[in-house]
Amino acid sequence: MSESSSMTVTVTPPEQRHERVRPASQSWFIARLNPVSRFICPLIMSLPLFTTLDVVSASIQFVLSVILLWIGGINPLVVLRRTWPVWIAAVGSFVTIALYGRTSGTVHFAWAAIVISDGSLYLAVATFLRVAAIAVPSVIFVLGLDPTDLADGLVQILHLPSRFVYGALAGIRMFTLLQEDWRALGLSRRSRGLGDGNPIRRVCSQAFALLVLSIRRATKLATAMEARGFGASDTRTIARVSKLHAIDWVSYAIALIIPAIAVGTAVVTGYWNLPLTSN
Amino acid sequence: MNDSAEFRKSAPVGVEAHDWGWRHSTRKDFALRHVDLTIRPGERVLLLGASGAGKSTFMAAMAGVLGSDDEGVREGTLTIGGVDANEARGKAGLVLQDPDAQIILERAGDDVAFACENLGVPKDETWQRVRAALDIVGLESLELTHSTRHLSGGQRQRLALAGVLAMRPGLLLLDEPTANLDPPGVREVHDAVKHVVESTGQTMVVVEHHIDVWLDLVDRVVVLGAAGDSHEGGVLADGTPDEVFSTMGDVLAEGGSWVPGRAIPSFPPKSESEAKGANGDAEESDVVLSTRNLAFGRNGIALGEHVNLDFERGRIYALMGPNGAGKSTLALTLAGLLEPVAGKVLIAPELAPKPDSREPFHWKSRELLGRIGMVFQEPEHQFAANTVRDEVAIGPKSMGKSDDEAYGIADRLLERLRLSRFAAGNPYTLSGGEKRRLSVASMLAAAPRVLVMDEPTFGQDFRTWSQMVELIAGIRDQGCTVIMVTHDEPLVQSLGATPIHFGVSETAAGNADEGSAR
Repeated sequence: MSESSSMTVTVTPPEQRHERVRPASQSWFIARLNPVSRFICPLIMSLPLFTTLDVVSASIQFVLSVILLWIGGINPLVVLRRTWPVWIAAVGSFVTIALYGRTSGTVHFAWAAIVISDGSLYLAVATFLRVAAIAVPSVIFVLGLDPTDLADGLVQILHLPSRFVYGALAGIRMFTLLQEDWRALGLSRRSRGLGDGNPIRRVCSQAFALLVLSIRRATKLATAMEARGFGASDTRTIARVSKLHAIDWVSYAIALIIPAIAVGTAVVTGYWNLPLTSN
Repeated sequence: MNDSAEFRKSAPVGVEAHDWGWRHSTRKDFALRHVDLTIRPGERVLLLGASGAGKSTFMAAMAGVLGSDDEGVREGTLTIGGVDANEARGKAGLVLQDPDAQIILERAGDDVAFACENLGVPKDETWQRVRAALDIVGLESLELTHSTRHLSGGQRQRLALAGVLAMRPGLLLLDEPTANLDPPGVREVHDAVKHVVESTGQTMVVVEHHIDVWLDLVDRVVVLGAAGDSHEGGVLADGTPDEVFSTMGDVLAEGGSWVPGRAIPSFPPKSESEAKGANGDAEESDVVLSTRNLAFGRNGIALGEHVNLDFERGRIYALMGPNGAGKSTLALTLAGLLEPVAGKVLIAPELAPKPDSREPFHWKSRELLGRIGMVFQEPEHQFAANTVRDEVAIGPKSMGKSDDEAYGIADRLLERLRLSRFAAGNPYTLSGGEKRRLSVASMLAAAPRVLVMDEPTFGQDFRTWSQMVELIAGIRDQGCTVIMVTHDEPLVQSLGATPIHFGVSETAAGNADEGSAR
């Protein structure tokens, strides 16, 4: 290979390979909310739904949420697409409850413990709608949430201890590194002839190696944080102010009104039933 | 960079150690003991010593991050600017070796502001300091919201430097800040530090094996280490660079420093005819591994396309190019660990496990053994056994050899790589250089015909570097092909390796400027 001195490999410039910056949220409304509100709003909205297991309240809540998200700037189709894991969970709970839920009314099918009846189908539909009504807005609210901004909010608005919150925040950043570690561990095991055997054993041994690596990384990170005065004194100042604005209060109001309408309609129409007390 | 006047407010501080010592609570011997050292404000000190001489311990002590009393035993006094080092947070700014470990927050500006928040600096002043610190390390074009994830190694180290400068420290502590960087990164960080110390007059203490890098900036050299038979480290030498290098040159080289002006060992390849004679099977083709129209990358996205390379038996190839260009990705693809995005990696027909199966990625894991081995950059990624001896025996055992044979191979390799005395020890407890040798030994045990190595000499001191070079030359001389990813020019020269350069494609090199690339 006499021409070897001129051997080259041409690659794309590394600067062009970065993933695009993702927006805080696709909704202009949600993007302007304080991160803490983005956690609390879905919580306020979902709590009333736990008092009832019926189709009316869940459907109304789901439809209202989707319409309001649309007004907030996210197309319903986008909502459905971005929440696909929710739908898998919802279908899963539908099937389970249809097969094993409390039997009442006409029995359509029975085999061993599986009994599909009118009652179990009704409960299954109600559960399916409830999972969707609770989880879809929640996912949309927290999607694209910036962990740093959330940490600021947790410390400044909810007054959680800053040492704990920022320590955890720095730890979360390590997950990217640990993902790379995990990949490298897997590749190295293949290269060492250990990649063929029982996958469960392989994962266990790899998990142990990852634990050792993560402790090492955590120790280094802790030193770097300590070297920058972290944990040195109680008088920590804040460089980024996290406040609740008018828009946050509007979001709380909406988060109260939606379930009020949904559950209220269920009560008025007589569909409301408390699953734990009714027999 | 007109903010240096801002930084003059923080006066340089000195260091005073009197009979100072530290013993880690799990160790028998003091890491350092009876240290008497005075560093005057504004001095620039290069701190040298062999691995384990206590350099990093002393740096951590000055930075006040050595740990509390239950983590070790302290003796004597150590003051920074007249204050006990543990109480002097913010007076000393410590930059460490690993660029990954020093970025704390997601956005560049927040990361630099982190120290100010911890020290209780008011908000407005914090952001002034952040901007000034970024400017002074040459990151003036970096936006405050720029993600820290997509910075190069050199940029990350400069960001870490800015992060400690925002504390207005007065004493800058640099613990091998360039050991993990490619040559452009080393220059970036050197130039940034030069600008900082020249415009602020801060006291600086730097630990580095590559003395050359910092020689133009230091006015004093301190050597730490254990004298004679003692197990306790202390100050071995102290003086101007000229004094110390003329009297201590041999000791320093032995201890792992790259002493300026000393020759590096050379292991050129044997002449062509000799190499052939040693492995005189005339029938065998010389090309053991080749790529045909290969596109390599991750997740189906090609980093480089139409790569046609031939790797010959008994030669060493060096994949060279900037950080992040995709050298490691190509190496993993050649080693049969990543699937080619397009095209093929082909092993010589006589080495294939089955005649119709020449593509390493489609082999079983076991079929890679004896054919292609990969030594990872982080030895810890590779370790899979509880003892050093078992670690090396894994390969032969997986190839179906009996325990006796496998341990025989392991013992011979450990002997050859001077690791025998650790045979019963845990791989994780070895030193950096030993771990590196073990990771090579464990791959060699399977007698691969092609050995791919990712940065085999990364961050090593001169002694472990020399051992590694000798080892790689030995692997080549046994007829094995070595493909290594490296930035290390001396390594390539010493081995007479064939460089394969990574170039950036012309068509798309438009907005390659740092910071403005958004």
